[in-house]
Amino acid sequence: MALLNSLEELDKLKQELLSRKDPNKPCISICAGAGCIASGAGEVIAAFEAEIKKQGLSARVETKGTGCPGYCQRGPVVVIYPEEICYLQVKPEDVPEIIEETIKGKKIVERLVYIDPDTEEKATLESEIPFYKYQERLNLSNNIKIDPKSLDDYLAIGGYSALAKVLFQMTPEQVIDEIKKSNLRGRGGAGFPAGIKWEGSRNAPETTKYVIVNADEGDPGAFMDRALLEGNPHSILEGLAIGAYAIGAQEGYIYVRQEYPLAVENIGIAIEKATEYGFLGENILGSGFNFKVMVHQGAGAFVCGESTALMTALEGRAGEPRPKYIRSNIRGLWEKPTVLNNVETWANVPMIINKGADWFTQIGTDGSKGTKIFALVGKINNTGLVEVPMGMPIRDIIYKIGGGIPGGKKFKAVQTGGPSGGCLPENLLDLPVGFDELVQAGSMMGSGGMIVMDEDTCMVDVARYFLNFLTDESCGKCVPCREGIRQMLKILTDITEGKGKEGDIELLEEIAEVTGTAALCALGKSAPNPVLSTLKYFREEYEAHIREKRCPALSCKDLIAFYIDPDLCRACMACLRKCPAGAIVGAKKQIHVVEQEKCTKCGTCFEVCRFDAVKKISGEPVPPPLPEEERTLTRKGKE
Amino acid sequence: MQEKDLIPVLERIQKKYGYLPLQALKSVARELGVPAVQVYGAATFFKQFRLNPPGKYQIEVCMGTACYMAGGQVALDSFERRLKIGVGETTPDGEFSLERVACVGCCNLAPVAVVDNVVEKNVTPTRVDGILLSLGLSEENKENKENSNAQGK
Repeated sequence: MALLNSLEELDKLKQELLSRKDPNKPCISICAGAGCIASGAGEVIAAFEAEIKKQGLSARVETKGTGCPGYCQRGPVVVIYPEEICYLQVKPEDVPEIIEETIKGKKIVERLVYIDPDTEEKATLESEIPFYKYQERLNLSNNIKIDPKSLDDYLAIGGYSALAKVLFQMTPEQVIDEIKKSNLRGRGGAGFPAGIKWEGSRNAPETTKYVIVNADEGDPGAFMDRALLEGNPHSILEGLAIGAYAIGAQEGYIYVRQEYPLAVENIGIAIEKATEYGFLGENILGSGFNFKVMVHQGAGAFVCGESTALMTALEGRAGEPRPKYIRSNIRGLWEKPTVLNNVETWANVPMIINKGADWFTQIGTDGSKGTKIFALVGKINNTGLVEVPMGMPIRDIIYKIGGGIPGGKKFKAVQTGGPSGGCLPENLLDLPVGFDELVQAGSMMGSGGMIVMDEDTCMVDVARYFLNFLTDESCGKCVPCREGIRQMLKILTDITEGKGKEGDIELLEEIAEVTGTAALCALGKSAPNPVLSTLKYFREEYEAHIREKRCPALSCKDLIAFYIDPDLCRACMACLRKCPAGAIVGAKKQIHVVEQEKCTKCGTCFEVCRFDAVKKISGEPVPPPLPEEERTLTRKGKE
Repeated sequence: MQEKDLIPVLERIQKKYGYLPLQALKSVARELGVPAVQVYGAATFFKQFRLNPPGKYQIEVCMGTACYMAGGQVALDSFERRLKIGVGETTPDGEFSLERVACVGCCNLAPVAVVDNVVEKNVTPTRVDGILLSLGLSEENKENKENSNAQGK
């Protein structure tokens, strides 16, 4: 590929790419995101390639391993263009049938399409599936259309036109004005307006400036940034280059988690290709603008998602945050003005430049514009990535898109904002998702984790889980965070182990207030959220643990026991065989008994019992086992 | 090379040796001209770095929120019980090492464990036994299991 030296050359290349592309040529897109790969997408891709070769169709049919379209629950996902037929949970053995029926015969393989669990209605096209129908996928919809390793694919969907537009038609000030007008707020957590951040750096007197992509996605249960990095890396590079042009930076860094090898690989290839074509490097598209991008692999530290900690790590030290008397957009990386934005924020930039701030501000609420990608996980039927307009009620996300709670269980809470977010109860389900709305309710947007919890989830244990995570991840630089979180964790652990005492709740509230007020960075300041929000909405669960030594959700190991109801036990040996601790005694025709002192409370017996004989109890003594001579099963119960 | 290369250099060493040997840390400090304490500080601060050799089979149990809620802790307990090691440790025969990781992004398959870079889904205590047996868990541990089951019968 020869370097593109002008706008005309770029246009010519795009024309060429489009004319070479036959819109009627079948293209089989197979999601090769981490979720689908774990479900066997690699084998499916190989099967398609082999079958197409075997049938001699290579010239007529295209196959693509793409980024994640979001529907992880039903992966591996396959979409066939141009019709956009969507097949779910595809296995290698389905491949010959798909080729025969759909590619050659233009017919649908009915058993592989989406079937609504309630109405049993079928949905053949991607856009008809309820999971997708209610979304507004400005960012994610491109993932399944392009091969992330191909720059031509990105150009074919209009890629790098925004960069060309700013370089040749806009001054840096105009770019900043457009971003300010769009009210694009940071998608990484705090929701700071990107345009204002950029303007600060633009106006700083230094000549060396930096832009950074924060791709250190450390929230457990959140993987939207990874989907963009893996699935559409050029959109991030394009946004970054536009930002660099706007503030006057010539160097950019992508700080990406090492735990995301495919993201590292794809972004690396994207940088290489973009440099080869002339979208990065010296004299970009002949405009005179120079910009190069480096990848830095984060070595695993949640706190490095914090902007100043990330910059410290980039400089080659342990990633500890620093005080922000002066913001990092004025004095950041190596003390130079630095604009750091989250992956999703950068990915929104080319769209805003292409379609205009007026278009962008039509989507969303007054305070929060555009869309937001959430990782919808936990006790939900449709686990996956969803992109919705800001302002959509949480209820719609969980029920219309997410398909509700599995197993007929009752909804209990939804946790947003990552480890230091908060848990919202059922009566807040109609809350519109937005930066300010979530903060007012005691939680936050965070990077977009949305974890649904059902009646089996203990809210005290959830708070303990998050604080345990944060204790591990606190860098230890400031005392309120280091000690505050640790002390709260100790109290919460005591409560979940049945060692809670009167006054614990008040003490938790006091420590939470101090930690939240006095900690140095956002990690510590928001660390009390899980405790305070669960205390606010689920206080009675804390009280049951402390006063009655009872876990209402039957989840806290030290407060529950498993026992087998002798009236229901059919002595089928299922639990006895499966028990990994050998804690169940019995034999054929001998009613089984759990030996409490050996039981590790893993719940295997509870899961495998087909007669509902295994009971979980809390807050009451375990009934004494039947005397051995009475354990012989009498036939009366048998039908 | 300079100070800013510290973390990438450590990453490359770990990639080659599987861990960061103390001798290597000292060389890095010398080559980069930074204090040894800064090298050691970074090596112990970031979760990806390890200062002792990993096992032949590396088991990482996901402790992301979705996995935790679906029984990730139970899975981790089961691995600990069977392997008789704690998190961050390697079995004395050098066969297995056990880690907890924050989230591998396969929440639809929760609880998951990553065994030698392959995602194992729905890791129940019985599945833990299956995984370990398929990796040839040492005879001694297998016998233990058989004994305890025999007692159960």
